[in-house]
Amino acid sequence: MKGRRGWACAPRPLPEEEGSVSTTGLSRRGVFVLQINHIVHNGGLYKRPFNEAFEETPMLVAVLTYVGYGVLTLFGYLRDFMRQWKIEKCQNATEREEQKDFVPLYQDFENFYNRNLYMRIRDSWNRPICSVPGAKVDMMERVSHDYNWTFTYTGRVIKDIINMGSYNYLGFAQNAGTCQEAAAEVLSQYGAGVCSTRREMGNLDKHEELEKLVARFLGVESAMAYGMGFATNSMNIPALVGKGCLILSDELNHASLVLGARLSGATIRIFKHNNMQSLEKLLKDAIVHGQPRTRRPWKKILILVEGIYSMEGSIVRLPEVIALKKKYKSYLYLDEAHSIGALGPNGRGVVDYFGLSPEDVDVMMGTFTKSFGAAGGYIGGKKELIDYLRTHSHSAVYATSMSPPVVEQIITSMKCIMGEDGTSVGKARVQQLAENTRYFRRRLKEMGFIIYGNEDSPVVPLMLYMPAKIGAFGREMLKRNIGVVVVGFPATPIIESRARFCLSAAHTKEMLDTALKEINEVGDLLQLKYSRHRLVPLLDRPFDETTYEETED
Amino acid sequence: MDIKRVKDYIYWLYYQYLLITCSYVLEPWEQSMFHTITVTVVAMVVYTAYVFVPIHVRLALEFFSQIFGGQPESTVSIMN
Ligand SMILES: Cc1ncc(COP(=O)(O)O)c(C=O)c1O
Repeated sequence: MKGRRGWACAPRPLPEEEGSVSTTGLSRRGVFVLQINHIVHNGGLYKRPFNEAFEETPMLVAVLTYVGYGVLTLFGYLRDFMRQWKIEKCQNATEREEQKDFVPLYQDFENFYNRNLYMRIRDSWNRPICSVPGAKVDMMERVSHDYNWTFTYTGRVIKDIINMGSYNYLGFAQNAGTCQEAAAEVLSQYGAGVCSTRREMGNLDKHEELEKLVARFLGVESAMAYGMGFATNSMNIPALVGKGCLILSDELNHASLVLGARLSGATIRIFKHNNMQSLEKLLKDAIVHGQPRTRRPWKKILILVEGIYSMEGSIVRLPEVIALKKKYKSYLYLDEAHSIGALGPNGRGVVDYFGLSPEDVDVMMGTFTKSFGAAGGYIGGKKELIDYLRTHSHSAVYATSMSPPVVEQIITSMKCIMGEDGTSVGKARVQQLAENTRYFRRRLKEMGFIIYGNEDSPVVPLMLYMPAKIGAFGREMLKRNIGVVVVGFPATPIIESRARFCLSAAHTKEMLDTALKEINEVGDLLQLKYSRHRLVPLLDRPFDETTYEETED
Repeated sequence: MDIKRVKDYIYWLYYQYLLITCSYVLEPWEQSMFHTITVTVVAMVVYTAYVFVPIHVRLALEFFSQIFGGQPESTVSIMN
């Protein structure tokens, strides 16, 4: 750890007793300066180093990015003008003639952005593939003769592209091997699925087996599995909280959590990403002031966090969240979609990573879509909680039950991770992923790219910033036979466009080295090495009290 | 060999210009329009600088030399 450039960012003193809460920001910052390159843990909250850093956007780059958007916006207006006056053919959706006098449908910024900015670099997204998305993938070649409005397939297949874009953390996306064989066997035995809900005819022994296994894997009393990860969040949160309850949600939470929170009808307040000061302030305010107007206490306070944030590559500060949750007697809902399987010495997610007890997390949610190479989601927790959800959650009552071959894929891969298949393959995969992650992140940092997130997170965002570089990066990497995912607005703030690499246990060192070599080359070509190695630990990011105050109703 | 290097470098500069101004993603006719505008603006700036900067520099020099001791010198020369 010594000699590493990253900051070991020690958590600020957690309020065990009231006195420490009032430490001013200034003196705390002073403490930080002293702690550079020392890993100091506070009150034993963290059992392992927690190195997470977000380098600030260089000023010049930010200005140039805005200049780029300015140019594109001007040309966008020009094109819109030409389309309106029929100087050029209008290819985008427009109102029908008889709807002309109604509320305009395609005038807002999102539509403008789609038409005039996204359309120009659309070829970097939604690329059709034609093989299993493992460590390497085959892609269908396509061309566009009208600047990305339509695509035609050339019929050629681009073979053996190194896949740096799939959430295939443990490499279970395979079309051969034990998981596939087991799934095929179950398919011939059970068929593809029973078109009924768990409540009616759809409850199979495989489902119960899966739920028992998940509960054992997580170390919780009971668990429940659903056919879709997104619906697990969006349908179960409304079952847990409702009117008169308060949801404290991280600002970067996934859309499914946001949807669930909104559907629940509870009051939602947003805290700054992974910022414990912000969370604590909201908790304290909630306890002190209660509900608006009536001033009654909140019925329940639920904190919504994710294990790994898929856009920032950051890991939740779980020990601190749990300490806060205990102190203020609220509930914690942890979405482990990306962290389950991918983190921790045993692959059991953030709880395992920090060496905490699963009992401290009230609702453990996760998906089978990423690490297990299957589909679906689960919720784990106390037996009362799961029994309650079984009867009250919409997705338990109305959704058709999971397909048995998918269930079998999850069971075999989970047993493999747990080592219950009698081999050490699973363990080796978890270790391989951790190794790949560290290696890849370290090399990228050395090359001088701006990399976000925690050094143990297998999601690696590389900052691109400028809109033209999003398209150029995607195209140049594909030319060099590497498949990457590039992300721009609206998934990120408008100036923080990025490329996101997802590491996998299936990547070999040679593949990573090839990828790194090409990334280095493209980085030089596109001038992406912005880093000045000035890292800001997350807690030191400007914390502006007014920014979330407005969410108060 | 050297000419190739220079050519590569110029192409690289042009590529950076394309990327930063986002003209990289424009359609060819938009690109030529954008280039025309930038070239015109730059040419005008350069021309203006060429015409006006020397005059202003001379005026400034005269002004400052008058303030800092230009005056007594000239009186002395008259008396001589
Ligand atoms: C944090 C988080 N929660 C939930 C989901 C939804 O899972 P699924 O894709 O299995 O529906 C995702 C998927 O991207 C996610 O990132």
